[in-house]
Amino acid sequence: MSERTRFVGARVVDPSTGRDQVADVLVQDGVIAAVGGEVSGEGAEAIDCTGLVLSPGLVDLHTHLREPGFEAKETIETGTRAAALGGYTAVSSMANTDPVTDHAGVVAEIREKAAAAGLCDVFPVGAITKGLGGESIAEMGEMVAAGVRVFSDDGHCVPTARTLRNALTYAKAFPEQIVIADHCEDASLVERGQMHEGITSYTLGLAGRPAEAEEMIVARDLAVARMTGGRIHICHLTGARAVGLVRAAKAEGLRVSAEVTPHHLVFTDDDLRTYDTNLKVNPPIRTAEDRDALRAGLADGTIDAIATDHAPHAVEEKEAEFDQAPPGTIGLETALGVVLTDLVAPGVLSLPRAMEALSAAPARILGAAGHGGSIEVGQPANLVVFDPDERWRVEAPFASKARNSAFLGRELSGRVRFTVLRGRLTVAEGKPTR
Amino acid sequence: MNRHLLAMDDVTAEDVVRIMDTAESFREVGTRVIKKVPVLRGRTVVNFFLENSTRTRISFELAAKRLSADVINFSSSGSSVAKGESLKDSALTLQAMGADAIVIRHSSSGSPLQLTKWVDGHVLNAGDGTHEHPTQALLDLYTMREKLGRLEGLRVAIVGDVLHSRVARSLSFGLVKMGAEVTLVGPPTLIPPDAPQWGVNVSYDIGSVLPKLDVCYVLRVQKERQRLEYFPSVREYNRLFGLTAERARMLPEGSFIMHPGPMNRGVEIDSDVADLPQALIEEQVTNGIAIRMSLLYLLVGAGGGEAADV
Amino acid sequence: MDPDDVRRALTRIAHEILERDRGGEGVALIGIANRGDHLARRLADEIERIEGRSVPLGVLDITFYRDDIGMKAEAPEVHETRIGFDINGKTLVLVDDVLFTGRTIRAAMDALMDFGRPRRIQLAVLVDRGHRELPIKADFVGKNVPTRRPDDVRVLVSEMDGEDAVMVEEARDGEGALA
Repeated sequence: MSERTRFVGARVVDPSTGRDQVADVLVQDGVIAAVGGEVSGEGAEAIDCTGLVLSPGLVDLHTHLREPGFEAKETIETGTRAAALGGYTAVSSMANTDPVTDHAGVVAEIREKAAAAGLCDVFPVGAITKGLGGESIAEMGEMVAAGVRVFSDDGHCVPTARTLRNALTYAKAFPEQIVIADHCEDASLVERGQMHEGITSYTLGLAGRPAEAEEMIVARDLAVARMTGGRIHICHLTGARAVGLVRAAKAEGLRVSAEVTPHHLVFTDDDLRTYDTNLKVNPPIRTAEDRDALRAGLADGTIDAIATDHAPHAVEEKEAEFDQAPPGTIGLETALGVVLTDLVAPGVLSLPRAMEALSAAPARILGAAGHGGSIEVGQPANLVVFDPDERWRVEAPFASKARNSAFLGRELSGRVRFTVLRGRLTVAEGKPTR
Repeated sequence: MNRHLLAMDDVTAEDVVRIMDTAESFREVGTRVIKKVPVLRGRTVVNFFLENSTRTRISFELAAKRLSADVINFSSSGSSVAKGESLKDSALTLQAMGADAIVIRHSSSGSPLQLTKWVDGHVLNAGDGTHEHPTQALLDLYTMREKLGRLEGLRVAIVGDVLHSRVARSLSFGLVKMGAEVTLVGPPTLIPPDAPQWGVNVSYDIGSVLPKLDVCYVLRVQKERQRLEYFPSVREYNRLFGLTAERARMLPEGSFIMHPGPMNRGVEIDSDVADLPQALIEEQVTNGIAIRMSLLYLLVGAGGGEAADV
Repeated sequence: MDPDDVRRALTRIAHEILERDRGGEGVALIGIANRGDHLARRLADEIERIEGRSVPLGVLDITFYRDDIGMKAEAPEVHETRIGFDINGKTLVLVDDVLFTGRTIRAAMDALMDFGRPRRIQLAVLVDRGHRELPIKADFVGKNVPTRRPDDVRVLVSEMDGEDAVMVEEARDGEGALA
């Protein structure tokens, strides 16, 4: 690939500066060299972007890359390839690996593998507690020194207020902004639960996970954040009440952020009547009222970011009986298309707000320096170019090793054409370059 | 009729009448010396029972054999499912056998629906987890119609652990579909809070419900539930909700007592009550074969081709 | 055939049965559901009126013995079977409305074999429209009505349809004509 690339005539949508206009963008030596009406670029490869949108590359706050330990489901290479194809230039990697990402050694291993694959930057998330056991705090200091900014026991809810308090308080030692992210579901209420608890779960004969289980942990976590002055992030928000609590907390000035997944923004628990295991997720997909509250919360900024919670599983694991199948759906390759089709096109979100929720906001929370930033001269060239009108059908196989997509069979409008990672194309003409 | 019978949603009220009327003819077959008709000769019916149940399996086996079908029993203790073969792989094996109908009983809700993805044959749900047990509901509706002459306007109470009962769900849905009035009775912890959305009433006081019933349908109370603390003890359950002899006397004349079996005598129903003439437990079992023959006939006897002249 | 034709045919068949089968001794009538059983009852009434003898009467539904199960979109509707007497050693007269391909009669005979061993089986039909596909013939026929294969022959009986009649509907023009 050439060292100089000129993207000609794209609609440049830049959430951090508010720019939304047709312009050329010249990329050289890994940074943005020029942005403007018509940029000259001798010796530069010119890519015609008529009708396409150019934005900061997407950033995923919540990704499960499964390596080390669960390579049958996904590897760092296949996961980052899926990310690049979805328009991502940076993703996180959640700590529920094997061994758990609870010390700097695993962080370094993940970083090295991602760099070797060269498809997408990975910002590993460290575990809050050793081995995800929920009791003693992991070696945060070492991991911060290795570049970690977000800590989460995701997969598990931090079991006691005391542990959360310790983590939030301890994190204040570091000058860098450290975020503690929690999977909010009270374990005693969701024991053996398979889907949202409500008339649908009663009718389908599936044990439920009530919305109150999320609500009460969000309330707890906000109280602990207030108590400690710490910085907390709520993973995959799913319920209307919980959205309300976050809204009030922000109004009060608490240092809280929140994310929502594309599948929680689209589906309702009624969609589970087919017992489709690809819709089995934790926390579960809830009612239409909850979905509408999530959309409103995303639109008004209560919810900062869209995060995929990309959770790959082996095909045979998901082809099992509903109550035996592990929860989770993949999401990196479909996030942009789903957001464009189900939120932007019907007018729930403006395109600039959508791109902010997909790139700038998660980059800030994740501490992914150089990503999601403004499209200005001198900034690192981490970009995505997509066709908002290209229609496509979500079908296996994917770049991800896994096939458990909640969106299988859906018609989407909006597809990535080019993804640029520090000036180098990781995706060209809709295909990965490596 | 639908290709499969997975839930009561798969049958309309007209279908239910048809199933019951057809069962009448199969009941007549059961009175003949040769209790067999050739209508499903050469067809293969597989009993795919991944959860123990001798009674239901025997009922289906007899039904299929009386229709002259070939029957294969594939049960959990003998098959590789217990050793870890996936549902999908077992399904593909059944498909390779050319099963015309697969009767599946499984402890996971939704598995019959999942099975339909992998097999061409007709799938009948013989009970899936805590979801539905439509053939039980249909034989119960048939029994009620036979004894009381109608279903519309019948007042039926379903008493017990509704929350975990697939029989309660299917029967409620079926009774509501046929215009009966259903009341769920039991401890509040064992009745889904949103149950009225099913079109049923809810009561926690069995004494107030009994005098106004045509049928008192008693569910089996699983003693294992106790571990989950839905109610304090079997003794307290019997005291508050058990169909004791005293409570049975509160039922109006001409009403009946039913139970899907197997019974926990002394827990949900007292022993002497189960043996009363107004208890229809044996009739339920007999009717089970006729209803299952009717279902196998109506499902497997339907095809896709042109009508032949006779 | 109009109602008078039907009545005369049934009366004649009743006489023929009595003539052929020694005054009806050991005879039982079995009507094939759905319309055959009404015709069988009328024959039984006629025989009683003529000879003063009450012959056993049964109704047989042959759906479970059909040879075309699974070929139609819906499973064929089932009607009642009621044979309340022992058929062993009896002369059974099967009664049906229309004899066409012969498959219904074949099914009826297979069904009867499962009930016992009759001495002989005879067949009485109101209408024989030809086009046999099996080696079956009627012993007693109300009327022979030549038809083309795709034509439709309908028998109406007053118990079910309000009137007695036999209608032939020709395949192309769709007009019903009294046979």
